[in-house]
Amino acid sequence: MTVLDLPAWAAIPVCLLLLLGAGNALAGAIGLLRLKSFYARLHAPSLMVSGATILICLASMLTFAVLQNRWVFHELAIIAFMIITTPVTLMLLGQAALYRDRAEGSQEVPHKEEGLKTEAAVEE
Amino acid sequence: MRYWFPFPFLSLGLLLFWVLISQSVSPGTLVLGGALSIALAWAMVNLGPHKSVPGRVRPLFRLAGAVLVDVVRSNIAVLRVMLGRRGKPATSGFLTVDLTLQDENAIALLACILTATPGTAWLEFDRTTRQLTLHILDTADGMDWQHIIKTRYERPLTEIFQ
Amino acid sequence: MSELLIIWCMLLAQLMLGVAMACTLYRIIFGPRAQDRVLGLDALYVCAMLLLLTFGIRTANVIYFEAALIIAVLGFVSTIAFAKFMMRGEVIE
Repeated sequence: MTVLDLPAWAAIPVCLLLLLGAGNALAGAIGLLRLKSFYARLHAPSLMVSGATILICLASMLTFAVLQNRWVFHELAIIAFMIITTPVTLMLLGQAALYRDRAEGSQEVPHKEEGLKTEAAVEE
Repeated sequence: MRYWFPFPFLSLGLLLFWVLISQSVSPGTLVLGGALSIALAWAMVNLGPHKSVPGRVRPLFRLAGAVLVDVVRSNIAVLRVMLGRRGKPATSGFLTVDLTLQDENAIALLACILTATPGTAWLEFDRTTRQLTLHILDTADGMDWQHIIKTRYERPLTEIFQ
Repeated sequence: MSELLIIWCMLLAQLMLGVAMACTLYRIIFGPRAQDRVLGLDALYVCAMLLLLTFGIRTANVIYFEAALIIAVLGFVSTIAFAKFMMRGEVIE
């Protein structure tokens, strides 16, 4: 039993979902390569997750549902896991980058108001 | 009842996850998964998370629909920015929004929504000033993001968790 | 007819994911700063997971799904640990 046994009515949506998902991931990676600042690049993995993961998991679900006649969709676990965890990782990465840029005194990031106040207090 | 099931929705979700991963609904799976989900919900009690109960259900569905539409739309917009003409995207910049949302779980849900939507990235939330710092990939597409966040996401969230 | 379509689509999808992995690898090696490298690593994990899922579809084998799930979990934990490390300088507080 291989994927080549898929009937034509299932093969076309599977191929479409697969190509769209892989294209989404490739676009995200190209964005990661081309965008100029770190904060702009932070948007690329969220594109990969919300687009590519969902589409490829849908393709996988459809394939196994047709091939093996089973209706337990364990790919849903991957979708749920990625949707729950990606915000956490990206948020923490953004915070870490913000912290490092502020610690270096970069002018391009917004400053924290308390931080400025304490610096002024130290100077006084 | 409250003692045995401190977090019923968490237990139910864990059981569902267990069934999905082990790919069967046989009695053995259900018993083991049920025992595990109840035990893990007890472990959660020690963490003492902030509890909040969604008051109204209808705004929740409306919010989910709006988020789904926004994810698809901003996916296409970000794709256009990333594959567009040479050079950087028009203008990307930081944005600060003053949140009036009080419930902690509602703020966590807002963080999930904003991060899942490509084009907006959640950077920081200051608990004392209730100020949220965001990064917007493309600020030049004529959308007033502050207005969008306030009306499209924050208002339904306050309606749900009040 | 449909066999040919499937074969070429599989090949194309895997090729695209491979190129995507190469792009993230560039970010890991030449990323100007540490946070760029960690972001590249996170994206690499996601791409590897997607590639495993496509392998699973191609061979109609469920075992790849488990590997994909493990990679997703590992990617999450390692990225969190790296981000924590960059923020504080130590992982366990």
